[in-house]
Amino acid sequence: MGRTKTNELGLLAADYSGRPSTLCPGCGHNSISNQIQQAAFEFSLDQHFVVKMSGIGCSSKTPAYFMGRSHAFNTIHGRMPSVTTGVVLANHHLKAIGVSGDGDTGNIGFGQFKHLVRRNVPMVYIIENNGVYGLTKGQFSATADYGQKTKYAGKNELPSIDLCAEALLADCSFVARSFSGDAKQIRSLLRAAFSHRGTAVIDIISPCVTFNDSVDSTKSYHWGKEHREILNELGFVRGQDDIAVDYEEGNSQDVQLHDGSWVRLKKLDDAHDPTDRTSAFRVLEQARKEQVIITGLIYIDQERSTVVENARMTDTPLVNLPEEQLRPSKATLGKALAELFG
Amino acid sequence: MTVVDLQQAPATQLHSGQRIVNDFSFVVATTNGTGSQTSNNTLLRALFKMGVPATGKNLFPSNIYGLPTWFYIRVNKDNYRAHRDQAEVLVTYNFDTFAEDIAALPPGGVCIYPMDAPSGKKKWNVVTPSRDDIYYYRIPVDELTATMNPDQALKEYIANMVYVGALAYLFNIDMSQIEHALSYHFGGKAKPIAMNFGLVKLAYDWAKDNLQKIDPYWCESMPDANFTKDMMMIEGNAAAALGAVFGGVQFIAWYPITPSSSVAENLQSYLADYRHDEEGRATYAIVQAEDELAAIGMIVGAGWAGARSMTATSGPGISLMAEFTGLAYFAEVPAVIWDIQRMGPSTGLPTRTSQGDILFTHFLGHGDTRQVVLLPSNMEECFRFGWESFDFAERLQTPVFVLSDLELGMNLHVSTKFEYPERPMDRGKVLSAEDLQKLGGQWARYRDVDGDGITYRTLPGTDHPNAAYFTRGTGHNETAGYSEKVEDWHNNLKRLAHKMNTAREILPQPVIQQNKGAKIAIVSYGSNDYAIKEAMDYLKAKHAVSVDYLRILALPLSPKVGEFINGYDRVYVVENNEEGQMAQIMRIDFPQKAPDLRSIARCNGMPLDAEWIMAQLLEMEGK
Repeated sequence: MGRTKTNELGLLAADYSGRPSTLCPGCGHNSISNQIQQAAFEFSLDQHFVVKMSGIGCSSKTPAYFMGRSHAFNTIHGRMPSVTTGVVLANHHLKAIGVSGDGDTGNIGFGQFKHLVRRNVPMVYIIENNGVYGLTKGQFSATADYGQKTKYAGKNELPSIDLCAEALLADCSFVARSFSGDAKQIRSLLRAAFSHRGTAVIDIISPCVTFNDSVDSTKSYHWGKEHREILNELGFVRGQDDIAVDYEEGNSQDVQLHDGSWVRLKKLDDAHDPTDRTSAFRVLEQARKEQVIITGLIYIDQERSTVVENARMTDTPLVNLPEEQLRPSKATLGKALAELFG
Repeated sequence: MTVVDLQQAPATQLHSGQRIVNDFSFVVATTNGTGSQTSNNTLLRALFKMGVPATGKNLFPSNIYGLPTWFYIRVNKDNYRAHRDQAEVLVTYNFDTFAEDIAALPPGGVCIYPMDAPSGKKKWNVVTPSRDDIYYYRIPVDELTATMNPDQALKEYIANMVYVGALAYLFNIDMSQIEHALSYHFGGKAKPIAMNFGLVKLAYDWAKDNLQKIDPYWCESMPDANFTKDMMMIEGNAAAALGAVFGGVQFIAWYPITPSSSVAENLQSYLADYRHDEEGRATYAIVQAEDELAAIGMIVGAGWAGARSMTATSGPGISLMAEFTGLAYFAEVPAVIWDIQRMGPSTGLPTRTSQGDILFTHFLGHGDTRQVVLLPSNMEECFRFGWESFDFAERLQTPVFVLSDLELGMNLHVSTKFEYPERPMDRGKVLSAEDLQKLGGQWARYRDVDGDGITYRTLPGTDHPNAAYFTRGTGHNETAGYSEKVEDWHNNLKRLAHKMNTAREILPQPVIQQNKGAKIAIVSYGSNDYAIKEAMDYLKAKHAVSVDYLRILALPLSPKVGEFINGYDRVYVVENNEEGQMAQIMRIDFPQKAPDLRSIARCNGMPLDAEWIMAQLLEMEGK
């Protein structure tokens, strides 16, 4: 029955599919691809105005596996952020969905990631985080656990980088974490991210079944199931209207997104307010100490201006401007040259 | 020699021979950060406005304050505009380089130096010049500057106006043109004009009352010569920026690096002036990136999305852009990269010129790449390639490098008025939703439909279910799908090579200058042009050696280059790098002629000069 259901664009969920995945069976990334496809369908995203961006690695292959009617750019290792910045400024009507990995973001692309977030480039930035390099066979990435041992890479002597904390430190305006096993939460976070004004970072723990899925790894299915704490549950309400106030005092919070949609957060951790940056740092640090995966919306700021807004461009995307608006007149050249004659 | 206490000393004899008019060079030795650039450009502009062909060359350190800097102004009645290393008239405020600057003068040269201490630190008043075969003039820099009562903060800057006044008197530079040039520099602001020109006038009058003209060098107005009529002065980086503005540039990402930063800075200012809609909204975006990796990434992204995008950088930035331009070459994404070349390898000499990036950029990227390179020689071409580079990038769907250099980019050069682009923008082979509709949705991103190696693309945001394709740096087939098949890979590389052969015909063709009966030829490119033309005149006039000349404007090389060189016994490839990089490319492209190609190459931080080129060529010709 679900297969014949159409969305606002009259499309089936199958119309949002891509090519068959070539990743390992059981890879966490595949379930994320499925949720992106499903969330885009539910959100009625117009695929012709979506760009799928990625770097290099297992995660960066995945844009081929969903939304086959969208343009995609599989760029180079760690540089998806800069390419996306250029794409979005050239055509700010496009909706950019980036897929990256922990090595792509936390190692080689760390600088670009931080600067993208700092610029608040409007995009959904998904990190499929498994703590290891899959395509090159199991080396540790910057998010691998401190002291962790694997059959392939030996012992990891370095502390783990928390990409949500890094995003937050760079003034990210939407920071979320999830687990690839929690399809519902991923979809609800994605829908909110699609409506977000700036950079929405969603760090999804996505186990690598081949190289990093032992029970003591914090990036394993086992750990995700046993040591996960859900911060909040997201209800997403599409549309411009105010939502009816109907929540239990004290454990629910509504946040309006840039496009007028609302996120209703049912708080499971009463102490955390996701509009409070200090509180966000606190829950991340606490989770790090306790070695638990906190999931949900960690931080949101709908006020920070984006790189597109700061550029003060025409409402028409730059790529759609006609020649008359791009090439000044002959008289203007004359004026510019007259100034040189002095 | 004793300590000199005369205003004009030592007592050189009054020159009694012939005057040398409009055919010599000034060099002004100062320290950087002390504001001498205003004075130097004022002199240059005043001479230019007198109708005297004058060329400026700023030789500055990679530093903000206190290191030696020299500014050369060559005046030449025959309109030779290349830099000469030899200057006849020295003005020095720099005590530290005084001895070496004096030693560099030719016999009969002129030295103008302070009789007091402009900085308050140096003991100019007890200095003893080392040579008695040159003419000296001493000027009371401190005393005259103090008369104007400038703010302490401005004192060091304005002191440079003293030598402007002294030179104006001694060498007959038109005072009204100096005032005009100052007014130009200060944008008509009365107060700084009055202050600066006041001191110029004071120094002029002092020189008139206290100095006796004893040297043979003179400047004279050339109102009828037409060398400067309807001409303007501009730096290459400003010309490039202005060209890009009229090329409809839509997106710029850049990272500061000498000597390219002023391309982006000029863009910023020209775009602010000329590229907003009625509501003041920008028709462009400009981003100062976190590094060159990001700058090139951004312009590749914008180019892929359909914007005319560019960056400007120099050698070290090009190194960082290698991976991305390899991707853009292979994924076939348009982008324009200006490389204002400086000395390498490594950090090298950031404020010295070179043509050292020719081979590197042409083959930039791992695997088999042949990047498109444009090679401007003058201000007109900097402007022209400023807009035309976008046409080539979008037509060929590939990165286009424009290789200027510090000599062109950061010095004022004389130029004719720039021509408005004579044709509409060429946006290349882009399929719209309507086009796709007509094609029944049938198309393939990398299929060579027209047989020129250039395929069709769609832009993101094209409202058609078949518009999308997957752009990748990995192996791909005609439909842009991932492929490891031998034939897919091979076909793609063959088509890219074919596309570059198409480029050889589309890109700007070489400029050829031929004389009857010449047996030898020079091939060169870029900023060497002025020196080569001068050298060719000397070779003919002084040595009766007739030389033809081909100037390359683009890589990959036009077949016309091959046709041209086949007509000569020996071809000299003249360039400003150590390894003879263009000669090497020519040997690859025209192996049958390789034995007759000879490299005249040098890389020492200075632009090539006519005397050196001539001497090299004569030596290699056995003359």
